[in-house]
Amino acid sequence: MDGIVCKGISKTYDGRNYALKGVSLSFPSRGIIALIGRNGAGKTTLVRILATQLMPSGGKAYINGVDVVKEPARVRDMIAIVPQEARAIPWLSPYQTVFSYLLYRGFGYGEARKRVKEALRKLGLGHQENKLNRMLSGGTKRKVMVATVLSSGAKVIFLDEPTTGLDPISRADLWNLLNALKKEYLIFLTTHYLEEAEHLADRIGIIEEGRLLAIGSMDELRKKVGHQYSIRVTQATRPKAFAGMRTTKIDGGHQLMTSERKAFEITNRLVRERVRFSTNPISLEDIFYHFARRQITEENGEGEEW
Amino acid sequence: MVRKNIASQLWASVLVNAVYAMENYPIMLINTLLAPLSIFVIIVLVSHGGLLSVGIVGALVMTMITAGVGLQGDLSHLKNDMKLQDMVVSSPTSSLVYVAGMGLSELVFASPVIILLAVLATVYVHPTLMQTVTIMGVMALTFVFSIVLGFILSTLTTDVVQSWGFSGAVGVVLSTLPPVYYPISYIPMPFQYIAYISPTTYAAQIAQSAIGFTSVPAANLAVDWGVLIAVCAALVVLAIKKARWREP
Ligand SMILES: Nc1ncnc2c1ncn2[C@@H]1O[C@H](COP(=O)(O)OP(=O)(O)OP(=O)(O)O)[C@@H](O)[C@H]1O
Ligand SMILES: [Mg+2]
Repeated sequence: MDGIVCKGISKTYDGRNYALKGVSLSFPSRGIIALIGRNGAGKTTLVRILATQLMPSGGKAYINGVDVVKEPARVRDMIAIVPQEARAIPWLSPYQTVFSYLLYRGFGYGEARKRVKEALRKLGLGHQENKLNRMLSGGTKRKVMVATVLSSGAKVIFLDEPTTGLDPISRADLWNLLNALKKEYLIFLTTHYLEEAEHLADRIGIIEEGRLLAIGSMDELRKKVGHQYSIRVTQATRPKAFAGMRTTKIDGGHQLMTSERKAFEITNRLVRERVRFSTNPISLEDIFYHFARRQITEENGEGEEW
Repeated sequence: MVRKNIASQLWASVLVNAVYAMENYPIMLINTLLAPLSIFVIIVLVSHGGLLSVGIVGALVMTMITAGVGLQGDLSHLKNDMKLQDMVVSSPTSSLVYVAGMGLSELVFASPVIILLAVLATVYVHPTLMQTVTIMGVMALTFVFSIVLGFILSTLTTDVVQSWGFSGAVGVVLSTLPPVYYPISYIPMPFQYIAYISPTTYAAQIAQSAIGFTSVPAANLAVDWGVLIAVCAALVVLAIKKARWREP
């Protein structure tokens, strides 16, 4: 099968604690899959296993049908990655960074030269191509790394937090670029910016403490949550209108997720109670909180928040 | 569309680790030139020129050791701080080609010193063809074992401080302990055995006898070559088997 397939991938670094606890997912050969989850959730661990940098402790993974564990060399011909902590080498220029990477990919000099120009132009780095990386701003260095892998022509690209440190305009530029590329490439990215996942991804995976809690398109995730609307009040005391319903404490107020029909009824009651509130279709943030909190409360054995 | 131009892949490491570094930071050139020459100069001065020829040959062998120790530091830095190695792991370049390229880059980096020493050797040692071939053979073997050792150690380190610890220890065993710039007979008896722990000692012994500075029985020379070749082979096997290209 084409694309990425994981079957029960687990990973322990020390033999006791599991950074991944049986992650299974599949994703077709084109489009963007985004993984979201808190620090230490296991995103990088999963990415590194798929990119053949790290052995899994259990489970199977395939990229375009090729076994990541058994046939790493064949996988490596198809993939390219910007690791989370990758840095543009300070004594190289952007041009030299991309060029040398293309040589590692096995391109000849002429072809590599052509591709460097193209990639730097796409990321708006053309005018800075001969400065030393150490003179560039943090976000520009990040862009150099992204240009590096995009130049490679690899059809499966892993970007571990590609937009961290980018200004809003550069981020939007990169989003546009990735959106254009997703018709041709499989892009596997991790991010802490939920709007990025929402904006870019065809499928979003929510990972928490090594478990994939949910995966799907925004619509599918909304269905899984079982609610369409989120109602938030900013006051600390729980309004009467919420009585008997599961709510979440959030930013010093309360949040209730509910169906379209009930939302109307509850907001009416809030109006009568003279409570200030806002109501919105549920966002990825709501979905993330829904799954992540449920996970936490389940593990702590205290469900009264709901 | 997978094209694998191995020459390109080798050259990539040479560009990153030597050519671009020298081009953009010219000060590094002076540093590489000075470091191996300083001990050589001291030895020659202290011996009033008596150890000149052995010093030249010793410095050539030592340059190869320095390359390996340098490689360990460079690889650790590129792997742990830049994550370049992770990017290369997830690319068509194999570990062997990456290491060979990086090894080559150390050679390119050391080339100004090697050229200078070669000129000195031509002027002061006047080696015959046979002597030249022998010394180059010793240098090649020394280069291989020190480069491969550097690679193995670099894959075991996870940060640069740890890497300094390793390179310090390795530096003592490979370059401080063994009698490279002077004959082993200068070392008092029981301590000579300690020197024999280091493979560099065997390399130096061959080189010193090749230029006729010391006379070593043929049987001992055979042992020297044997040890050197065995160490190289063992390290290469170890590198292929154990080096952590993909982390466990
Ligand atoms: N090399 C390592 N050795 C030991 N434990 C590790 C190692 N790398 C990661 N871990 C542990 O594995 C777990 C998952 O880490 P991982 O880096 O995959 O998280 P992440 O989701 O990428 O987090 P972040 O958003 O902070 O990047 C964490 O508990 C982390 O401490
Ligand atoms: Mg991470």
